[in-house]
Amino acid sequence: MFYREVGQFKSTYAADMAIFPIRQDRIGIAVMLGLAVIAIPLVANDFVLASIMIPGLVFTLAAIGLNILTGYAGQISLGTGAFMGVGAYAAFKMASAFPQVNVIVWILASGVFSAGVGVVFGLPSLRIKGLYLAVTTLAAQFFLDWCFVRVGWLTDYSSSGAIEAARRSLFGIAITGPEATPLARYFVVLGLVVLLTFVASNLVHGRIGRTWMMVRDMDIAAELMGVRLLPAKLLAFAVSSYFAGVAGAMMVFFWLGAAEPSAFGISLSFQVLFMVIIGGLGSMIGSYFGAAFIWALPVLIKFTPNLFGIEIQSATVEHANSMIVGALIIFFLIVEPHGLAKLWAVTKQKLRVWPFPW
Amino acid sequence: MTDPAAAMLTVDNIEVVYDHIALVLKGVSLTVPKGGVVALLGANGAGKTTTLKAISNLLHAERGEVTKGKIVFEGDEVQALSPNELVRRGCIQVMEGRHCFGHLTVEDNLLTGAFTRRDGRGAVKADLERCYELFPRLKQRRKSQAGYTSGGEQQMVAIGRALMSRPKMILLDEPSMGLAPQIVDEIFEIVHRLNAQEGVSFLLAEQNTAVALRHATHGYILESGRIVLDGEAKTLSENEDVKEFYLGVAAAGRKSFKEVKHYKRRKRWLA
Repeated sequence: MFYREVGQFKSTYAADMAIFPIRQDRIGIAVMLGLAVIAIPLVANDFVLASIMIPGLVFTLAAIGLNILTGYAGQISLGTGAFMGVGAYAAFKMASAFPQVNVIVWILASGVFSAGVGVVFGLPSLRIKGLYLAVTTLAAQFFLDWCFVRVGWLTDYSSSGAIEAARRSLFGIAITGPEATPLARYFVVLGLVVLLTFVASNLVHGRIGRTWMMVRDMDIAAELMGVRLLPAKLLAFAVSSYFAGVAGAMMVFFWLGAAEPSAFGISLSFQVLFMVIIGGLGSMIGSYFGAAFIWALPVLIKFTPNLFGIEIQSATVEHANSMIVGALIIFFLIVEPHGLAKLWAVTKQKLRVWPFPW
Repeated sequence: MTDPAAAMLTVDNIEVVYDHIALVLKGVSLTVPKGGVVALLGANGAGKTTTLKAISNLLHAERGEVTKGKIVFEGDEVQALSPNELVRRGCIQVMEGRHCFGHLTVEDNLLTGAFTRRDGRGAVKADLERCYELFPRLKQRRKSQAGYTSGGEQQMVAIGRALMSRPKMILLDEPSMGLAPQIVDEIFEIVHRLNAQEGVSFLLAEQNTAVALRHATHGYILESGRIVLDGEAKTLSENEDVKEFYLGVAAAGRKSFKEVKHYKRRKRWLA
């Protein structure tokens, strides 16, 4: 009734395979983009932009990366945090080595380095499957963590061991460093994340994505169809790490401004993994849902009492927050074990057949 | 068909919806009399397996649920019971594709079937011997890992394992899948023996209509989630429609061109 493709005919294969084949979806996505580009900058204050929208989008990108590897290609990884770190350190090194080149170029290029590292740590995936693979990616996490702390060259021998975002601008507007306004950073992050989501969406809807899903669902059958397993898995590791690396670089340059090695620890890996699981494995929109759920929700809960003028000790809020978010995670996974994206899909199906139940 | 008191299992007008969206069973009713062998027939996707899973309450694993109707086993409504509770009450399912415990030996697999038994080791031991008597092949292979046995042997293990729980009723899903005709006959022979000697009731879902109707007492034919024909196995196997669509026999064998019909038999119930 509200969501129905009656009368929308497709006369070409391309139209049928479009990412948004239904008109309502296209309108919906246009509305969402309109909200993100026009409404949010108008309404939101610096706090909302800097602590909800920017980190939310950065985590979305990391979640998309992990979703490609775990959700689409079926390889469990616990090394996302480290791959994000590789991207961050690569962007930092290149931005300080070649200051004349625009920082956006280096942020996009930083993913290439983490892709390379990801491929190296993805090599065991041909032999090792499932939880055992998770353990080998854990090795990547610890090894890279060690590098960030011990290899002084990575931080340009900074005494604190931290890396800092250099001051750079785009079209004369400061986008990184202390002078950049949250609004400018928000627009850059939004642009990059939308662009990369588009790229990822096209990847997983095409031949490459089908190859990954074949490997995920049944690797032996995929091999019988002529898929070369090692290249397919390594490509998944490369693409996934690329997204994670770019997300890591964006994390330092557009969100935190500076980062210590501990920022890219195992807890970051788990945080992204939870986003992917709760959002929905094997779903682009799920990565958005998951990042919003795990990142934005706690921030919102944390500041709701202040909004109503209720004075509560910050420690109490912190404890209550953990409990509420934990309970919500359990609640949503019981209601829909396949993640928020599946909940969304069922809702759409329901709207499609409304007012009939099926 | 039979009076309700003599019924082992009654399925009354059930509807099954998968994923909150897809309606798969559109009101299926059937009755298995005590000591009966009932065959549930139909093509792929007709809803045979779904019916069996609805009875043994396994649909939740596949995001399905029974939305209407009721299922009565020995006079009690059982829709809300968990599969393990049903086993305790004497209704056990042998799933399609066997699902043996691959790393356990054949004997261990059979002993897992006695998990719910509370009548002592002696009785279980006696039943194990009885099982080996029914399936002499399993006795030879008792110490080998179930994962390394052949398809027919695994099917025997699956049925034997179900027998070890001393069921009153067995739901048998596609016992003939992937097996040689000779083994299929062997397995149906055992179904027949169990039914005759121990009074176990059977509800079996089958694609192989000919074999199933030969061994069953009653048959139901499912088509896209509805029961379209039912009756005694003998009557069904003589029904012209069943012959044409499910047994692959034309009305009267070879005919001369003079008598050739100019129309094709249609599934009138689809109209």
